[in-house]
Amino acid sequence: MALPRIGVLALQGAVDLHFHALERLGVESVEVRRTEDLARVDGLVLPGGESSTISKLLVINELFEPLAERLNEGMPAFGTCAGMIMLASEILDGRDDQLSFGAIDISVRRNAFGRQIDSFETDLSVIGLPESPVHAVFIRAPVVERVGPGVEILAAVEEGRPVACRQGNVLVTSFHPELSPDLRLHELFIKGMAG
Amino acid sequence: MADLTNGIISRTTGTDLVKRGLADMLKGGVIMDVVDPAQAKIAEDAGAVAVMALERVPSDIRRDGGVARMSDPEMIQGIQEVVSIPVMAKARIGHIAEAQILQALRVDYIDESEVLTPADEAHHIDKWAFDVPFVCGATNLGEALRRISEGACMIRSKGEAGTGNVVEAVRHLRSILGDIRKITTADQAELFDWAKRLQAPLPLVQEIAETGTLPVPMFCAGGIATPADAALVLQLGAQAVFVGSGIFKSSDPTLMAKAIVEATANYLDPDILAKVSRGLGDAMPGLEIGTLETKLSERGW
Repeated sequence: MALPRIGVLALQGAVDLHFHALERLGVESVEVRRTEDLARVDGLVLPGGESSTISKLLVINELFEPLAERLNEGMPAFGTCAGMIMLASEILDGRDDQLSFGAIDISVRRNAFGRQIDSFETDLSVIGLPESPVHAVFIRAPVVERVGPGVEILAAVEEGRPVACRQGNVLVTSFHPELSPDLRLHELFIKGMAG
Repeated sequence: MADLTNGIISRTTGTDLVKRGLADMLKGGVIMDVVDPAQAKIAEDAGAVAVMALERVPSDIRRDGGVARMSDPEMIQGIQEVVSIPVMAKARIGHIAEAQILQALRVDYIDESEVLTPADEAHHIDKWAFDVPFVCGATNLGEALRRISEGACMIRSKGEAGTGNVVEAVRHLRSILGDIRKITTADQAELFDWAKRLQAPLPLVQEIAETGTLPVPMFCAGGIATPADAALVLQLGAQAVFVGSGIFKSSDPTLMAKAIVEATANYLDPDILAKVSRGLGDAMPGLEIGTLETKLSERGW
């Protein structure tokens, strides 16, 4: 199979950092801002940012419905932090008008660790990446509070609270692999794209 | 194999990566000045990525004169209660105690700001001493690098707050980004001279020569009053915008706030910019820079 072309949802957030990560992996990536951009991509990265803002911009740019359709059809997706919230089936502590795609059957609580002063770095064991722990950066991060059948938990913090999950070709993390030089989670996503 | 309960994980807070990381997450967004919970709600409803809690917007500070200080903690907490997006607040330049109070209030970012009356005419706050990240203003690259060397995790070009006039924001942004472009083509010997002229630490100048960018995100503030203003500064290279008086001093803040958010996300698309610029009512009244009694941007050393 030819190398896939990955879109990065570029409405708001740390879009540039995901671009750099994909570039370092030698993967072609394009910005997705409008419906027509979607036709050009084989998979999508939903970056960290402010999930309530991204939700609004998806509606304003008339991108929510077409993107939901692509995800329903099985387009692979990788969501970090806000991107995880966007892909979840349920958002806890979200705004009332906040939308999500339900591409992975999890309930995600926004800002689950507190305010910025509680943001932290740690080393996490991640299933599928046995060589060494992943250095994970959590920024006003969400946490997974419920996983549906068919969802694999790849990493967790205290009390087994999941912070990385996968269902089919949809991968989500509470933390920001795009902030660290470790590209293994991006690689995991790309390897998993074939299904 | 991975231990999914993980026992107790060891967390490190207040690191550079964590502090600069929040600024990364705000990129492409609009940070709005708000003076009460009702305005904060309007800002969040419009799609702001964060709000800046302050007692008076800059145009009122300019009009009223007197000493402008950190906001009342009660007001800041009132805003933290009604919105779920990050809440920032301003401390006076050099006012360590105000910054400590803001950290105790658990604000998400502290703006050591020239919009308030400076508390120290020689020293800025040692920002490395805090776990909450700081944003600081800069009019040129030297000032930006001095703030970064003191621990600032985000730079905003200062512009001239409270004027509704974008000309100073453009001047500062062009100065900072123009000098960065020149440094990337300088040879090793010239970098020593750049550090001397900018009155900035040599290692930071050398880092810019290598990376072609500031080591922290670079946003724009001071004078943005319309969606077109926001698009302009983003096209010039700002990574996000602060809008102060521009929203709540316009005739229809709800409309203006939404329009600026939409323009910021679509700053390269003139068709969308044309659409969102229509029917917004009056933008805030603007001031000619030459007529100002006080230039806030000259505060900071």
